[in-house]
Amino acid sequence: MSDAGEKELHLGGGEAESELRVDLDSREPVLDVRNLVKHFPLTQGILFKKTIGHVQAVDDVSFKLFPGETLGLVGESGSGKSTVARTLLRLHEPTAGEAFYRGRDLFKLSHSEMRAVRRDIQMIFQDPYASLNPRMTVGDIVAEPWRIHTGIVGKNEQRGRVAELLELVGLNPDHINRFPHQFSGGQRQRIGVARALAVNPSVIVADEPVSALDVSVQAQVVNLLEDIQNEFGIAYLFIAHDLSVVRHIADRVAVMYLGRMIEVGEEDPIYERPVHPYTQALLSAAPIADPRRRQESDRILLEGDLPSPSDPPSGCRFRTRCWLFNQMAEEDGDESRIGKCLTDDPRLEDRGFDHPSACHYPAERQIIETVEAPA
Amino acid sequence: MSDTTDTTPSTTFDHDTAREGSHAAERDFTPDGRPLPPKRDENLVSSVSAEQVTGEASLWSEGWRVLRRNPMFWVSAVIIVAMIIMALFPQAYLWFYNGDPNPDGVCTLSNSVNNPNAPNGGRPSTTNWFGFDIQGCDMYTKTIIGARISVFIGIIVTTFAVVIALIFGTLSGYYGKFLDTFITRLTDIWFAIPTILGGIVLLSVMGTRGMWQVAFVLTVFGWPSMLRLMRSQVISTKEEDFVMASRSLGASNMRLMVRHILPNGITPVIVYATIFIGSIITAEAALSFLGVGVALPAVSWGLMISQAQTRILQAPHLLFFPGMALAITVFGFLVMGDALRDAFDPKGR
Amino acid sequence: MSTATTSPSAQSSTETIAGRQVDPGAPLLEVENLRVEFRLNTGTVVANDGVHYTLKSGETLAILGESGSGKSVSAQAVMGIIDSPPGYVTDGSIRYRGIDLLTLPENQRRKVRGNHISIIFQDALTALNPVFTVGFQIAEMLRVHRGTSKSDAYKAAAELMDRVKIPAASERLDSYPHEFSGGMRQRVMIAMALALDPAILIADEPTTALDVTVQAQVMDLLAELQDETGMGLILITHDLGVVAEVADRVAVMYAGRIVETGDIDDIYHMPAHPYTIGLMESLPQLDVKGSRLVPIPGSPPDLTRRPSGCAFHPRCRYAQQVCVDEDPALTPPVPGMDRRLSACHFSEEAINVRRR
Repeated sequence: MSDAGEKELHLGGGEAESELRVDLDSREPVLDVRNLVKHFPLTQGILFKKTIGHVQAVDDVSFKLFPGETLGLVGESGSGKSTVARTLLRLHEPTAGEAFYRGRDLFKLSHSEMRAVRRDIQMIFQDPYASLNPRMTVGDIVAEPWRIHTGIVGKNEQRGRVAELLELVGLNPDHINRFPHQFSGGQRQRIGVARALAVNPSVIVADEPVSALDVSVQAQVVNLLEDIQNEFGIAYLFIAHDLSVVRHIADRVAVMYLGRMIEVGEEDPIYERPVHPYTQALLSAAPIADPRRRQESDRILLEGDLPSPSDPPSGCRFRTRCWLFNQMAEEDGDESRIGKCLTDDPRLEDRGFDHPSACHYPAERQIIETVEAPA
Repeated sequence: MSDTTDTTPSTTFDHDTAREGSHAAERDFTPDGRPLPPKRDENLVSSVSAEQVTGEASLWSEGWRVLRRNPMFWVSAVIIVAMIIMALFPQAYLWFYNGDPNPDGVCTLSNSVNNPNAPNGGRPSTTNWFGFDIQGCDMYTKTIIGARISVFIGIIVTTFAVVIALIFGTLSGYYGKFLDTFITRLTDIWFAIPTILGGIVLLSVMGTRGMWQVAFVLTVFGWPSMLRLMRSQVISTKEEDFVMASRSLGASNMRLMVRHILPNGITPVIVYATIFIGSIITAEAALSFLGVGVALPAVSWGLMISQAQTRILQAPHLLFFPGMALAITVFGFLVMGDALRDAFDPKGR
Repeated sequence: MSTATTSPSAQSSTETIAGRQVDPGAPLLEVENLRVEFRLNTGTVVANDGVHYTLKSGETLAILGESGSGKSVSAQAVMGIIDSPPGYVTDGSIRYRGIDLLTLPENQRRKVRGNHISIIFQDALTALNPVFTVGFQIAEMLRVHRGTSKSDAYKAAAELMDRVKIPAASERLDSYPHEFSGGMRQRVMIAMALALDPAILIADEPTTALDVTVQAQVMDLLAELQDETGMGLILITHDLGVVAEVADRVAVMYAGRIVETGDIDDIYHMPAHPYTIGLMESLPQLDVKGSRLVPIPGSPPDLTRRPSGCAFHPRCRYAQQVCVDEDPALTPPVPGMDRRLSACHFSEEAINVRRR
């Protein structure tokens, strides 16, 4: 297990911030994504297709993933979080950018080189019903990685290893010859985890792994993922829209909006001292499962809908729904402050707080009052 | 029912609080002295465990279970098996039949329905079950023999169409891009040519018209629909998460197509192929009726119907028996297609 | 608001619905001992068994349950929109202001739908007809049920869309459902459901398909409309967070039965059924850090094979032999605690587990 889990950082302003940076930079990231761009062309025409525009699904996203840590990637539908995952695994080819895995740029690897790297970076999918081939037995599904990457586990040992893996994820090894549709949703997701573990990966990209599950079952899978990380030191890129699950499992959190990463930091700063108005709105909108803590009065309600990712707003992409922008526009009555939001695209960078954000006017605002769990 | 229920308690979960106290009477209390419920009784006798694993072994056996219970499946299966045996081994239907005065295949004009002195006027009787035709051939024998060309053409054409669809439909749907554009445009153009009309034109310029020539022509004009179905199945299946999952593991294109996409996309094609056999048999009969199908002296149901047309009022049995044979066969394949769809592709209903 | 309503309870006591006398003293909705069966070729599934709850005007009742718990079926039974066959209501009563809806003939029942009880669904895109404009669909409700003239109905439709805060409502009357975003479509559905001023609105997972920021907008809108009209709201959901934010009372369903009912605060702070306790402990919370989740072992049961006795016994950490052998009745957990009901043999002790 790496040192990722041990960090206890409660940092405030500027001077401690450099300390944080030193801490982060002293570790070697297992995955280093720089300026990832993925645009999907919009085409028209039957025989000769003409590109009439681009859906800017992911635009200039950079992040690092350190060994043994969990980076939560949160955002609403259309934020591009799943596209990040799929592009990293080259299920989509990236439009631009680099993604270094142990010093090698994944996007520059040939298909055969990439094949070898795929062993180390595994994926868990959202829908446990759709992500397992219904015509294959559980044994065949879990052993598939070894059929693709021959030489890891010999043919004769495969059955025994599959049984071990099933036991590891909490399934009855006697069920090796069953088919996926015979299992419940939570059990199927365990099969997906077993398949990912078959090749001893160092990174697992989990795309909404628990959002299709019932609450009572969701907790089983979350605990399983935590146990596996503790045992094998696997780094997780954990993609989810449920802020509570991410808070529970993630060490660091990155928030995405309309293809951009707008705020990233350790779990505590993001949840307790968010500085980007979108993160604040997102936290404020998330319901708290305690009727005594209803937060009706100071809820930040966002107006309108997500703009089209094929034609994002100029300047700051969030400004069309930004409550701070509206507030400043009302107060000033001119463009003295908001002019910048209209024209300048804010970059994700240090803005004098304990974590980077992409807003011209970041300000700490406490949205939720955190309580320690009762022992 | 072959349902299996797993009743062995799962080893997965800790009822960790339950482990300690095994006596039901032993109670815990909250710090302020309120009673808490008893820990789970470890010796609980129950027929159900927390985790159940249920259902049929595979989707194929699940489908087979549905199929078995469908009476229409059995009706159509009997028809299809009977017709295939008729096509392969006509003797199976003839060895007990003594009505044909000329089992060697040469017909006697004196038996013709045109001859008033023919036995029973050439009409069906207890000895000559289906009567005689204009040439004086025994209609029962002819109807049995005629099955071969109809059924064979249906199966041959469908086999070719399926093979073409499997190869080009899969490649087109899987790889997309230029290959797909080319193949789909080609099928669009092909769709514009009506099968029967195209068949008439092509067959009328052919010198010899035997079973293989007719099968060839029907394949030429009949393949596009099967290919388009296969292609659309491949396109929708390749976007499924389990294909993505295997792709992210580094599986080769061949593995993805053979292990993942085809097994999951093939059922509607199997269903359609069954129905397709029926419609090809009809098309063959239509071509023969129009005089461009298999040429005499071959025997086929279409040809028999064609020959009957001048005498329909005087000798309806000339039309009735080959017509019924044709209708029953086509019915068998269509109903089989429906039954297969209900069992294996319930979404496609 | 132009379409303001008076609360149903304030209306005169001589009022009749579908030819029956309204009981002025009766609760708005009273569901008693409801049993719904689905007769499939694989066997009979009892989707609701002894479902029991009441709803008062202006109250929000949350029916909380996981997939397969039968929570949506109970709503469909109240609406009278269960597909039959295979579904049959075989027992119980659904009394709307004292009138048992199950005894009404179908043509009378239809008049209750929309006029008195409305429903909105999770997926607004499939619930709206894609080939008609939203203005037409809302106006249609008024024209069919009220005989309103075409121009008046369109005017009312525009007002309704304004009331559910669709921007530029009158210009969007001629838009088709697919031209709206998910959140806006849900608002159109709400406008349609409210067109006839129902006394009860059933919301079946209204925000499950929506993003969290849009979900907050829709839930706020529903609360606001409820304040205005005094309607009773039945919120069917699996989301403990949403329930905590809006509900007054909660009914928890498991395997086709109500296992616990009570006031919202009681359910969250002293649950009396081990299933509810398990739900609370397995839920990761936004404002709580550091704890390990305590899942409920196993999976919800397949209703064709409902466990004997208490259906929760295979997963329950307190199960005893009595739970396998005897079906617990829905009774007050502690004698005299009359606003609470729990169906557990050990509810008197279970209520202490998470008491805060």
